[in-house]
Amino acid sequence: MTRNPQSVARRAFLVRSGALVVTFSLAPLDALAQQQEGPKLPGSLDQAPRLAAWIRVGADGSVTVFTGKAELGQGIKTALIAVAAEELGVATGAIALVTADTRRTPNEAYTAGSHSMQDSGTASRAAAAQVRELLIARAAAKLDVPAGELRAQDGTVVARDGRNVGFGELAAQGYAEVRAQPVSKLRDPSTYRYVGKALARVDIPAKVTGGVAYVQDLRLPGMLHARVVCPPAYRARLVDADVANVARMPGVANVLRDGSVLGVIAAHEFEAIRAMLALATAARWETSPSLPQGDLSAAIRGLPSEEIVDAELHGDAAPAARSIDATYTRAYQMHGAIGPSCAVALLDDDTLTVWTHSQGVYPLRASIAEMLRMPAERVQCVHLEGSGCYGHNGADDVAAYAALFARSMPGHPIRLQWMREQEHACEPYGSAMIARHTGSVDGSGNIVDWNGESWSGTHSSRPGGAGNLMPAWYLASPFTQPRPKPIPLPEGGGDRNAIPIYTVPSLRVVHHFIPEMPVRVSALRSLGAYVNVFAIESFMDELAQAAGADPVAFRLRHLADRRARDVVSAAATRFGWEGFTARHGRGRGFAFARYKNLAAYCAVAVEVALEHETGRARVVRAAAAVDSGQAVDPDGIRNQIEGGIVQSTSWTLFEAVTFDATRITSVDWSTYPIARFADIPDRIDVDVIDRPGEPFLGTGEAAQGPAGAAIANAIANATGVRLRDVPLTRERIKAAVGV
Amino acid sequence: MIELTVNGTRHAIDADGDTPLLYALRDHLALNGAKFGCGLGQCGACTVIVDGKAIFSCVTPISVLAGRAIRTIEGLGTAERPSPLQRAFIDEQAAQCGYCIAGMIVRAQALLDANPSPSDAEIRRHMAPNLCRCGTHMRILRAIRRAAKKPERAIRPPRPRST
Repeated sequence: MTRNPQSVARRAFLVRSGALVVTFSLAPLDALAQQQEGPKLPGSLDQAPRLAAWIRVGADGSVTVFTGKAELGQGIKTALIAVAAEELGVATGAIALVTADTRRTPNEAYTAGSHSMQDSGTASRAAAAQVRELLIARAAAKLDVPAGELRAQDGTVVARDGRNVGFGELAAQGYAEVRAQPVSKLRDPSTYRYVGKALARVDIPAKVTGGVAYVQDLRLPGMLHARVVCPPAYRARLVDADVANVARMPGVANVLRDGSVLGVIAAHEFEAIRAMLALATAARWETSPSLPQGDLSAAIRGLPSEEIVDAELHGDAAPAARSIDATYTRAYQMHGAIGPSCAVALLDDDTLTVWTHSQGVYPLRASIAEMLRMPAERVQCVHLEGSGCYGHNGADDVAAYAALFARSMPGHPIRLQWMREQEHACEPYGSAMIARHTGSVDGSGNIVDWNGESWSGTHSSRPGGAGNLMPAWYLASPFTQPRPKPIPLPEGGGDRNAIPIYTVPSLRVVHHFIPEMPVRVSALRSLGAYVNVFAIESFMDELAQAAGADPVAFRLRHLADRRARDVVSAAATRFGWEGFTARHGRGRGFAFARYKNLAAYCAVAVEVALEHETGRARVVRAAAAVDSGQAVDPDGIRNQIEGGIVQSTSWTLFEAVTFDATRITSVDWSTYPIARFADIPDRIDVDVIDRPGEPFLGTGEAAQGPAGAAIANAIANATGVRLRDVPLTRERIKAAVGV
Repeated sequence: MIELTVNGTRHAIDADGDTPLLYALRDHLALNGAKFGCGLGQCGACTVIVDGKAIFSCVTPISVLAGRAIRTIEGLGTAERPSPLQRAFIDEQAAQCGYCIAGMIVRAQALLDANPSPSDAEIRRHMAPNLCRCGTHMRILRAIRRAAKKPERAIRPPRPRST
């Protein structure tokens, strides 16, 4: 057994109001060493400390805000514009925002982990406040008025006597070398004009009118269309391809074969598809079986793993009265974006430009440069929106394919999109997982001990290196996938949210990290938190039942954090938990988590209707409460939580990647069904608990775990039968309820 | 050459007759609204209206469309002057990534053209072919309801205003 030095989970134990609260070290050791050099700057300013990297004011007074984060449909553009406008003292409409672009924006690595507001929102807020103060100081000198008597308003600095100077004039001398300070003079939340108000998303008008909204819509002069023939299995080698005949098909400009990478470029999109199908039909592949058959959980437990102790705590407690031992599982699940991944690439004058919906333009640039053996400075990656992302999907692979095709035809922009079956079969999935929990309650209904164990593959095989780009595996000079490393706590990967947040005297949490999984896995929205919260919150209901306690009251009894208690109470109230009347075929379920035990708090209550004859379960209604700290875009938060509940409902009831011994067999929406309108609740209510002045807490993934567990708890409430294997399909429900 | 009438304008398309309408719209006419989702008629991202009915443009060859009225989301309104249904989607903030939304709006428009005041059950049934992965369904339903004419019985007298 090894102890991960970076995940020494228990840095300190604090005794607070008689309860033991576990606190966690936040930073890896090298980061701690860095911090000793000086105080930490807010958010991502710590990595990009020049103010001009974030906020630029033109001579005409125009304001441009730069972020290394990307719009993924989560509304980040709108929220970042709001925080910058608020602090600068300009209208939101006066701000131009530039998102993730290796030519122009700070390197904020990936847009992932519900970090955008914490990292980039915090940085741009602080930068905007410091630029405002800088301009005010210049105006003070110019007007010969104390800075304290000046205010920034609508792009000007105004004195009490009404004299004013425009931002453009004040910024004319520049501030290129001004570095951010650790402390900013932030506006009083009670004076906010934008933050926390009803904001209209800036990206929605184009999306509802057929405007240019996505990388799929990018049309460059002379652009050609490419399609690839994906290998039919992970372990596949191209033996023979009919390059000569396909090259003569209408519109075909080039057929590319490099090792087992095979594809075609044509003038028109459908010509490329036709030629690709002809190539695919004639291609001969050598494949070998590599995928486990039969009991998936047994297969996963049989794989080599590294053991990580995430938490260990031994306290005094009353003797156990009743004990529970329960094991929960989840199948591999996919992102399943509605639009298959797409990219446009152009090699011109030895510089490669890739327009991509990757979550990380800088890491992608380094990876593509490595794959093409080009200097990174000659590769530019520019983010444009794609179809919903939900994690590491095919975006990076398709960008790499587009780069290979663009290299084969310099001077021609190449647009490449995967087909539906390619997206389904090739994207990296969310890892199948197992979570086992054992625990006890005493005679008074208090939890006395808890042991949690989880088994998971990696939750990050992002590039990070050419070896994580799928096409690179199949080149004549291939790159191999590097051995993945576990993501250390407090963020965690397979052990994200594996430590129960509840007050427990004796606790032990162990994670079994499985470096090599038989199917390709990486980051799917919330990583291991979905499974760990599903398991922990199902287990809480099982413990509550053993204690003869109401599930909500049982949670409150074991929650010390006031903000956690507030969201639990708010969701229960909104749902009408107390007044719920049990009736045949209906059940109620409750669950709570604080995402990563450090981001947004979210509680979800659901009512499920169950048809015993068919096993069909439908969420009839859901009520949620969320605390994201200072709420910048409350409707945006509601949209994320509503969407998270619906998506998690789909994961929980319907979704499992399927495969035979050689290849993935869930390759479209009939073999991998997801929720449709018939499965959608009648209503979802979301209460946002605003905390003015508190730090932003990442929200985009907060509902995934609680929604899933609430559904399982509601099914148990309706049927008296506990289901522990996701997806909780009709067949499983019907088999369990025995009609 | 195949002649297509899209949003009231005739276009000569230089493509084989078996080319799905989706590619004629996107690639030949540079229209962005209809999206490639599956190419299989399973998700509705490519939905357009032909002679009043919502169809999957990804599986409809252009050879069968000569002389028929094709309507895409570009024929409803613009960002500056959105149609009532597009306005309702903006008012409800009914999008996350939004990739499915053009198809959703077009399918809903076909319903509202035929039945200006559909019930909630009729809306859900009609929208069943279209998939959304972000889980924006509640807002999509609200937007369609907002754009629908309210049935007579549901219209209430305006509230008296205190001035």
